Amino acid sequence: MSELVAELASGERRPLARLLTRIENGDAALRPQLQELFGAGRGAHVVGITGPPGSGKSTLVNALIGEWRRRGRRVGILAVDPSSPYTRGAILGDRIRMMEHAADRDVFMRSMASRGELGGLAATTWIAAAALDAAGYDPVLIETVGAGQSEVEIARLAETTVVVEVPEMGDEVQAIKAGLLEVADIVAVNKGDRPGADRAARQLRAMMSTAGGRVERTPPKIMVTTATSGDGVAELADAVEAHREQARSPVAARGRAANQVRRALADLAATRAREHPAWDQTVQEVADRELDPFTAAERLMEGVG
Amino acid sequence: MTDTPIRILIAKPGLDGHDRGAKVLARGLRDEGFEVIYTGLRQTPEMIADAAEQEDVDVVGLSILSGAHMALLPRTVELLRERGMEDVLVAAGGIIPDADVTKLKAAGVAEIFGPGTSIGQIARYFREHVRREA
Repeated sequence: MSELVAELASGERRPLARLLTRIENGDAALRPQLQELFGAGRGAHVVGITGPPGSGKSTLVNALIGEWRRRGRRVGILAVDPSSPYTRGAILGDRIRMMEHAADRDVFMRSMASRGELGGLAATTWIAAAALDAAGYDPVLIETVGAGQSEVEIARLAETTVVVEVPEMGDEVQAIKAGLLEVADIVAVNKGDRPGADRAARQLRAMMSTAGGRVERTPPKIMVTTATSGDGVAELADAVEAHREQARSPVAARGRAANQVRRALADLAATRAREHPAWDQTVQEVADRELDPFTAAERLMEGVG
Repeated sequence: MTDTPIRILIAKPGLDGHDRGAKVLARGLRDEGFEVIYTGLRQTPEMIADAAEQEDVDVVGLSILSGAHMALLPRTVELLRERGMEDVLVAAGGIIPDADVTKLKAAGVAEIFGPGTSIGQIARYFREHVRREA
């Protein structure tokens, strides 16, 4: 067993925290050790939690942490917030709702900035989840704002994806638009103490159970939760755990693995392209219209293959 | 890797009633290109040190107005050291009398920013003083 894996297995938090920094920074020196890191995984259940800003994701995650701690589980959390495309800065605010677990040695929470195009976020979160798994955390929750495509992609890398909505999410047509709700294995209509929560859940159930055609997906389970009071949280944790078995059926696992690999490889290939010696010059040539984007792509992919 | 954003944890230890100033600073440092982990009001030194450890931050920024700085700031520094985070820069902002500044610096607080300090000054200080292992 290498030093890296031994340190993770020791349960010490500092080596894990340092490793996550290197993963986030795309430290090239780490690449040879990644295979071993994935091999050291203990099979943690990776759960994606996503939803629009203000739907109560962090508060719900906080309540779920409490529930899983009562069940004797060690919980790992990756909370992703967006980076500014202009300054690369970010406000990572998910801890505000989760500070009650900050001193619990069996909860490890890490805030991550999406870091825009330089991040390769899907690959980064995948590797970071593997690190938490190797350190003995199970489940591993990945919380993202369900606003951009890349955040939805991260949710799709998870074995079980919970989409958090609010009762005022809109009419039935909103519910059948392509996007966020499509990736859900479970939908939590949060803020269930507000008027209309049960009605919103009923409408969602009606709209989503009639899906057919070419999509072979089990309709998501629709639940009502109130994160602030804890109502429905134990049931949600039960539903997530029940879905674990379904997610690990060979067909589902193979489909997800293919999707994970596709997404992560695309990220890694993009990272390699950016490391190409001619990257800056090529970008400038395309910007100056001296070069077309397709020839530029061909050039940057040379040496990647 | 030196061009990766500086990660800073901003916390309010103790019993201050509002965090307007801390939020303005958080927003300002975001615009300066920092990754700001904001933890909110009423934190104990233990909570702050544990969060800083998990987040592997370069800087811990403590905002305090209550007058309890002599109790809370050295304790936070001590807990960070206990966790092996010797190279983390600890800075404080708020209303702190000059007489206490010397004592706090002796206790390991790197810098204290009083009222009127601009966000640009604070950002520059952090960029110049953050210690990163190769």
